[in-house]
Amino acid sequence: MSTAQTGSKNVIWDWLTTVDHKKIGILYLAGGAFFFVLGGIEAILMRIQLMFPEFTFLGAQTFNELLTMHGTTMIFLAAMPLLFGFMNFIIPLQIGARDVAFPFLNALGFWLFLFGGLLLNVSWFTGGAPDAGWTAYVPLSSESAGQGLDYYLLGLQVSGLGTLIGGINFLVTVINMRAPGMSMMRMPLFTWSSFVASMLILFAFPALTIGLLLLMLERLFGGQFFAVDFGGNVIIWQHLFWIFGHPEVYILILPAFGIFSEVIPTFAKKRLFGYSAMVFATLIIGFLGFMVWAHHMFTVGMGPVANAIFAVATMAIAVPTGIKIFNWLLTLWGGRIRFTTANLWALGFIPSFVMGGVTGVMLAVSAANYQFHDTYFVVAHFHYVIIGGVVFGLFAGAYFWWPKMFGYRLNETMGKWFFWLFLIGFHLTFFVQHFLGLLGMQRRVASYLEGQGFGDMNFVSTMGAFLMSIAFIIFLISIFTSKKNTENVNDPWDGRSLEWTTTSPPLHYNYPQTPLVRGLDAFWLEKYEGDGRMKAAEPLGDIHMPNPTILPIVISLGLTIASFGFIYLVYWLIFVGLGITFGAMFIRSVKEDHGHHIPVDEIKRDLEEG
Amino acid sequence: MSEHVDPTAPLQGEPSKSTERKLRKEARVQIVSYFLMIFMTSLAFFSIASDAVDSSFAIPFIVIVGAVQVVMQLYVFMHMGEKGTGWINTMIWSGILIAALTVGALMFLIGIVKY
Repeated sequence: MSTAQTGSKNVIWDWLTTVDHKKIGILYLAGGAFFFVLGGIEAILMRIQLMFPEFTFLGAQTFNELLTMHGTTMIFLAAMPLLFGFMNFIIPLQIGARDVAFPFLNALGFWLFLFGGLLLNVSWFTGGAPDAGWTAYVPLSSESAGQGLDYYLLGLQVSGLGTLIGGINFLVTVINMRAPGMSMMRMPLFTWSSFVASMLILFAFPALTIGLLLLMLERLFGGQFFAVDFGGNVIIWQHLFWIFGHPEVYILILPAFGIFSEVIPTFAKKRLFGYSAMVFATLIIGFLGFMVWAHHMFTVGMGPVANAIFAVATMAIAVPTGIKIFNWLLTLWGGRIRFTTANLWALGFIPSFVMGGVTGVMLAVSAANYQFHDTYFVVAHFHYVIIGGVVFGLFAGAYFWWPKMFGYRLNETMGKWFFWLFLIGFHLTFFVQHFLGLLGMQRRVASYLEGQGFGDMNFVSTMGAFLMSIAFIIFLISIFTSKKNTENVNDPWDGRSLEWTTTSPPLHYNYPQTPLVRGLDAFWLEKYEGDGRMKAAEPLGDIHMPNPTILPIVISLGLTIASFGFIYLVYWLIFVGLGITFGAMFIRSVKEDHGHHIPVDEIKRDLEEG
Repeated sequence: MSEHVDPTAPLQGEPSKSTERKLRKEARVQIVSYFLMIFMTSLAFFSIASDAVDSSFAIPFIVIVGAVQVVMQLYVFMHMGEKGTGWINTMIWSGILIAALTVGALMFLIGIVKY
């Protein structure tokens, strides 16, 4: 155990070996943003193809590959990692911890996600991406020619492992690492909702793992789980996928709800209305999220009894969600509202998400669902909840926490242009799709005919998509042009929770002294009932921190190599890959690594400079 | 200064009288439970091998024996009944609840009603 500072001078090596939750958070954000842009380009290509009837911009096979990769990329590789980025960066700060519970596993989770995502996208260059939709229903997926679906299976298996590891890590962090005085019912709502989302990850991802494993055995090793002529059952895949898939959408939306619950009280200058009701509603949503998966399968033929049960369970979720919406509205009620960009996203979220929620209840009516199923009505619904909820939440979080994470504030004027153009573009794109669906346009079709009456609305939809892209480009530019806004970054919004008591960006050990939490909205309490500074829960002393390590990348790389071996059934490659992975795990197990201490003199030096 | 404790370091000093009594009792419970577990495993095996249990009740019978063993494993050998395990209990039992509900529903939905 050394007391020396072990951080490397080489910047690239430093990022590759980091176990610091803040750096891993930024890596998650960068990786997620890369895949977000990739998924966005795929969406734009599809919208161009659908701009005119019988347009020949793309072939049907390419269109199928694009729609599959758009869905898979946006859910697994963009939305979830971007949320993980915020969770990684913010949760330890909000609970007054110096790192997550398992820093090594945290790094491992990130690299598994990145390698899994890259593995999936390699399929574009090896003869065709997966083409069976992001749901990969059998027998379409089990019979799909080429290696595309194999990349889907292995890529998601590797990145899914990373997500599961990340979820467990957040659970243990929240339970074990809270600062003195930070009881569960004093935790900020972003931490609470991320905690519940992590529970959902823990219970939902095993179902996906099993489904992917069965499909892998079927495709690569001649298994017969889904082959009807050998006594298999194709419906099992749909059940397994949606037992995972429905909680997955709550894994996405709950942390976004948490972000809004931080942003709205801050900019309304009021404490969150009904804190305990919000926590309770989050838990109820998490529980009910597991009881409704079959509402994706109303037309499969489960029978009227099963359909009715799942329809009623689905409608029940509107109750806790409604509690949340009303609590946000009542937080705003009578508040001193500031219309910053972060708050605009939160305010734009409320009506947009409610529209998605209303179509959700419509879809839950199982009799009407026979009409809506697999039409653009469904496409409009889930884009309203995922963009209007999750993506708006990500942008709100980005504008809200950017000063804390990067030490400069994003330009507000450009931010407002970004918000309004994106909001208008979003509604243009997806509002008309409700009517396209009701007119009978099916989802996932590569084209439509002249006389079907879909032309005008598809054209409007594509124009809206262009507007969203322009808006997003403004955001990307503002990241680089705002770098000089470095004044007033420590607590720019008059914050309420612990993360605003640190420097911006925070010191790599976060808190020189662990703070003592005296109530809900800990920082706000000290501002109005204390002297405006957190009380310390410990004397100034040496701080113990984990050592950086390269092993997470080696473990992930080994699994990626083994995945190529499975995809092309090259047995020696499987052994080499798994050998690398297990070798690295063995080294991790036997090598003693107790971390290092930051001496108290260095902390005092940091405090004087900051 | 908060010294980082090496978790693999050997313990110092002697246990107190009451701790020693508790440890002896604990050891007795562990050994009895161990033989009980072996008994239940062989019970499951021999009840099927010898046709002692009626074939219509065979699967429910070994599932019940298995469930008892799972609970004993969790509470005796993995110490889930001790202090400070509230969150572990919450998570394990909500996981079991969700898994049981989904597996049960799934079996009915794909039409398995006979054992």
